[in-house]
Amino acid sequence: MSSEPLLSVTGVVKRFGGMRALDNVSLELSAGEILGLVGPNGSGKTTLINVISGLYHPDAGDVRFHGRAIQGLPPYRLARLGINRTFQVPKPMKDMSVRENVQVAATFGGGGRIEPDSVLERTGLSEFAEREAGTLNTSQQKELDLARALATGPELLLVDEIGAGLNPEELKEMAERLLELKEHGVALLVVEHLLDFLNRITQRVIVLSAGSQIFEGSLSDASEDDDVVQAFIGG
Amino acid sequence: MRRGLWVESALVLVVVGLGFALSPFLYGNESLLFSMMAYVALAQGLNIAYGFTGYLPFGYVGFFGSGAYGTALAIMFLHAPPIAAVVGGGLLAVIFGIVLAPLLRLSGAYFAIANLAASQALYFVVANPHLSNITQGPYGIKLTSVFAPTESYATLWVIVLLATAVAIYLRVSRFGLALRAINQDAQSAEVAGVNVVRGRLVAWLLSALVAGLAGGAYGWHISVFYPHSVFTLRISIFAIVFVLFGGAGTVIGPIIGAVLLYGLYDVIGISTPEYFQLIYGLLIIALVLFLPNGLLSLVRKRVRYVL
Repeated sequence: MSSEPLLSVTGVVKRFGGMRALDNVSLELSAGEILGLVGPNGSGKTTLINVISGLYHPDAGDVRFHGRAIQGLPPYRLARLGINRTFQVPKPMKDMSVRENVQVAATFGGGGRIEPDSVLERTGLSEFAEREAGTLNTSQQKELDLARALATGPELLLVDEIGAGLNPEELKEMAERLLELKEHGVALLVVEHLLDFLNRITQRVIVLSAGSQIFEGSLSDASEDDDVVQAFIGG
Repeated sequence: MRRGLWVESALVLVVVGLGFALSPFLYGNESLLFSMMAYVALAQGLNIAYGFTGYLPFGYVGFFGSGAYGTALAIMFLHAPPIAAVVGGGLLAVIFGIVLAPLLRLSGAYFAIANLAASQALYFVVANPHLSNITQGPYGIKLTSVFAPTESYATLWVIVLLATAVAIYLRVSRFGLALRAINQDAQSAEVAGVNVVRGRLVAWLLSALVAGLAGGAYGWHISVFYPHSVFTLRISIFAIVFVLFGGAGTVIGPIIGAVLLYGLYDVIGISTPEYFQLIYGLLIIALVLFLPNGLLSLVRKRVRYVL
């Protein structure tokens, strides 16, 4: 196996008007690794995921996947290359059935390599396969969002606050599901406010504050870092 | 896809094909049948844009008019055989569609209004007296030398079947699945691997092609027309109402909508013309209030998949 990281982000800057939503952010992620991305609201976590998944073009910096520069590629190309994401607020295709939602991703993003029914089974959605996606509850819609991403067969999965709104039992199941993906060699970048949930799946975290990277290390060390404490609590 | 869909698709094509092929032998008013067919094609073409990708082109008549004028110019200046000229009219509408493609960046009412403005701009260009040596300006087009009601009827018949076949393809194919996904949520479709820009563009140009071909056959059939006859907004509005009445996003909805409502339009127009606008207006209000998703929504509650 090559030592080259699967994903490498170097010096990424993203501006909205005069505000720097991301200011010189860099990270590396290898296959089968989970990296947590934490920070207060507005610190740039989702912006970073939007940049990596192609929804935003970075104003500066470099995003590489398997060593290949990918910044500026549209999301559908990235999905076909093996990069996918979930949304903080799930965005199912509401009037289509659950199976059709997954089928779209399997057909176009996954090139037909993955059987939609197997993904539905893995995400516990088989019994809802024929239901319209808009009729699912929040946690089921989160599972569907994950299923849609998995149906493209991603090597890199960007997970945006998937724990929000889930009950403790659902959180436990979701953590197990993400760990299982890791075991299968998928690299995960996980944005999360629920630190207990994050602690279950990884120790390695990056902390963002006002668009800047203020900490990289273990989750337990982060809680004792002065900059991190100040960013979260203020001072 | 359900295997039965192939049977249903073939059945729709046979019913539409036989219906419009045989009706001139059963009903004497061929002009009414021709107009009804033109509206079936237009409704289906508009359905390709609106029903499958969610863009409501209020200026859809611009493609129809481009087709009529493209055909006329090909006959007058290139001396093209009428059928080849109709194809040329369809292609001119596609070119107009390419010119308007940047409008696809807009959505909802913004798109509808911008498209409406574009079609009216085209109307004023065509009707401009200074362009009389090309478009004949406001003085109108005369194609009486190639007047052939039966051949032009047959040409429009082929176009109606073509439009129906395109709608069937979009309803049952992989590409159609992508368009449905785009229509539901473009961002989710994109991260699911769907090329949203290409999907929208292809549907848009197919929609333009159908209207252009229909406009070409229409111009050939009536053989004398003025800018207002083929660019009037009434054509867009009728096509939109027919699609909404039948059920957007289905194959048979626009056909049912156009046949029933255009039929009714003529029945009222002939029997009680003084009440025409009142009855038609009430019908549209009732439709919006009670069946916002069209007639087929009544069936859809019982049958999950309607072609």
